[in-house]
Amino acid sequence: MAEPVISVSHLDKTYRGGFQALKDINLEIEKGEIFALLGPNGAGKTTLISIICGIVNPSQGTVKAAGFDIVKQFRQARSRIGLVPQELTTDAFETVWNTTSFSRGLFGKPSNPAHIEKTLKSLSLWDKKDNQLRTLSGGMKRRVMIAKALSHEPEILFLDEPTAGVDVELRRDMWEVVRQLRADGVTIILTTHYIEEAEEMADRVGVISKGEIILVEEKAELMHKLGKKHLKLQLAEPLRAIPEALKDYGLTLSDNGLELTFTYDTKAERTGIATLMKALSDAGVRLKDLSTDQSSLEQIFVDLVKQRAGAFR
Amino acid sequence: MNLYAVRAIYLFEMHRTWRTMWQSIVSPVVSTALYFVVFGAALGSRISEIEGVAYGNFIVPGLIMMSLLTQSISNASFGIYFPKFVGTIYELLSAPVSFVEIVLAYVGAAATKSIILGLVILATAYGFRYFTAAPLAIMHPIWMLVFLFLTSFTFSLFGFIIGIWADGFEKLQLVPLLIVQPLTFLGGSFYTITMLPGVWKKVALFDPVVYLISGFRWAFFGITDVNVGVSLAAIGGFLAFCIFIVWRIFATGYRLKA
Repeated sequence: MAEPVISVSHLDKTYRGGFQALKDINLEIEKGEIFALLGPNGAGKTTLISIICGIVNPSQGTVKAAGFDIVKQFRQARSRIGLVPQELTTDAFETVWNTTSFSRGLFGKPSNPAHIEKTLKSLSLWDKKDNQLRTLSGGMKRRVMIAKALSHEPEILFLDEPTAGVDVELRRDMWEVVRQLRADGVTIILTTHYIEEAEEMADRVGVISKGEIILVEEKAELMHKLGKKHLKLQLAEPLRAIPEALKDYGLTLSDNGLELTFTYDTKAERTGIATLMKALSDAGVRLKDLSTDQSSLEQIFVDLVKQRAGAFR
Repeated sequence: MNLYAVRAIYLFEMHRTWRTMWQSIVSPVVSTALYFVVFGAALGSRISEIEGVAYGNFIVPGLIMMSLLTQSISNASFGIYFPKFVGTIYELLSAPVSFVEIVLAYVGAAATKSIILGLVILATAYGFRYFTAAPLAIMHPIWMLVFLFLTSFTFSLFGFIIGIWADGFEKLQLVPLLIVQPLTFLGGSFYTITMLPGVWKKVALFDPVVYLISGFRWAFFGITDVNVGVSLAAIGGFLAFCIFIVWRIFATGYRLKA
C-alpha cells in the first residue's frame, strides 16, 4: 500500500486552562481520497485541522504531511497544504485578484497569473477579480477563500465546514469543485456536521467526538450502519408482552405497554413494514397512531460513544 | 528562505500604505507642518538660536524623530495586529514562513514607510527654511541616514511587539500615547536638555528618546546633549532588546498560537 499522505500518531492537545481538545488521535489519510471528518460542534475537528496546518501547536504526538514532519520540516509540509478555514476572514479592502496572488507568494511560489486565472474561473470568480472583498456576498467570499487555498497548487486541501451557511446552489457548485480537484489528484479532508455532505462527497468517513476518533470507515459501510429508522406504533390498548406472532420482527415494547418500536433499514431492499402491518392486524393489535424517526447525527454519536465505552468494559 | 513570501507580505503592506496614503503620509506631514509653524515661527521669533543653530533649523531633527517614533510604532503594530483582529492571521500561521521572514517583511514594510515619511518631512522642512536667512544644512548626511534607518527599524520592531501583545485597540494606542509621546516631548524635540532647570537635567537622562534626538541632531548640526557614541549604543541596545523579545515571541508562539 502506498504511504499515507497524512499520518497522525498519538496526537494530544491540551489547551492552556486544562481543556483537552484531542486525545491520542491516530489517523491515516490516503493519497487522492476525500476524507470527511464528521462530528458535533466542539468535537475537536477544527483543532485537529489547525494542528496539521500549523496554526495550533500540538501538545504531544507527531503529524506527517506528504511524508514531512509538520514541525521539523514545516516548510516542505506546509507548502503542500491548502486550508480553507471555517470563518470567513478576508482583507476587506483587497481585490480578489490581489488577495489570491498574495496567498500564492506567501506559500513560496513564483507568481503565475495563468494559474490564478484558471483557479478564479473554476470558482466562477473571474468577473469579480477586481472587486474589493467587502463588496462580495458571503458565498462569494467563501469561494475566494477556496481560491486562496488553491493558489499555490497544494497536494492536500483542508476544507473546514465548507458549506456551513452556504445556499444549496453554492453547495452543489462546491461539491463539483471538490470532485474536480480529486480528479486532479488532490487529497481532500473536509469537516462537516452535515451527514448528507459526508454521504455526498466522501470516500471514507472518520467520526470524532469529545476529542477522540471513534471510528474510521468506508462511507458505504457507515451509511449502512447509520441508515436505520424507527417506526413507533402507538397502541389503542396496552400490551403486556409482545405477541408470539410478532416475535420475529425484533420489536421493543415500552414500559407502559402502549408503544411498539420497530427498527428497519432504509437502505434495505425490503423494509419489512408492510408485512409487519399485516401481522399486527392479524394479531389483533389496534393502532392509535404511528410515526417514524431517524437517529439524529447527535444520537448516532452518542450511540457510538456508548458502544465504544462498552467495548472497553 | 521563502523570499516569495517576504516579498508578498512586504508588497501587501506597502500596498496598504498607498491605499491609505492620506492617513499614512499626508496627515503626519500636515501635523509636522503645524508644529513647524507653531514652534518655529511663534517661538522662533523669541528664541533666535540655540548653540549657534537657528531655532527653525534646530527643531527639524526633533520633529522628524517624533514622527519616526510614533509612525514606526503605529504602522508596525497595526500591520500585525489587524490580521489578528480580523482573523486573516490564520494564513500567515499556516504558510511555510519562518519568524525571521515574517518579521523582515512586516518590520521592513513599516520601516520603509517611516523612512519615506522622514524624508518627506525633511523635504518639507527644507522648503520652509529655504527662503530664510538660515537655510537648513546637514553636516553629516550619511550619519543622518544611519540614524534615520536605525530608528525606523528599531521602533518598527518595537511596534511589531506591541501589535502582537495588544489584544484590543486600547492597548494598541496605550504605549504610543502614554509612553512614547510624552518621552518624545520631554526628550528634547524642541530644546536641548541643558535648557532644563536643575534636577530635570538629570531626570531627562533616563529618557531614552534624548539619546535618539541628540544623535540625530548631531548628524544635522554637530551639536549634542550626550555623546554620539552613547546615542548609537542606546539605539543598538534597544534594537537588540527588541530582537530578543521578538525571538521569544515566536519561540513560544505567544499570543499567536494556542
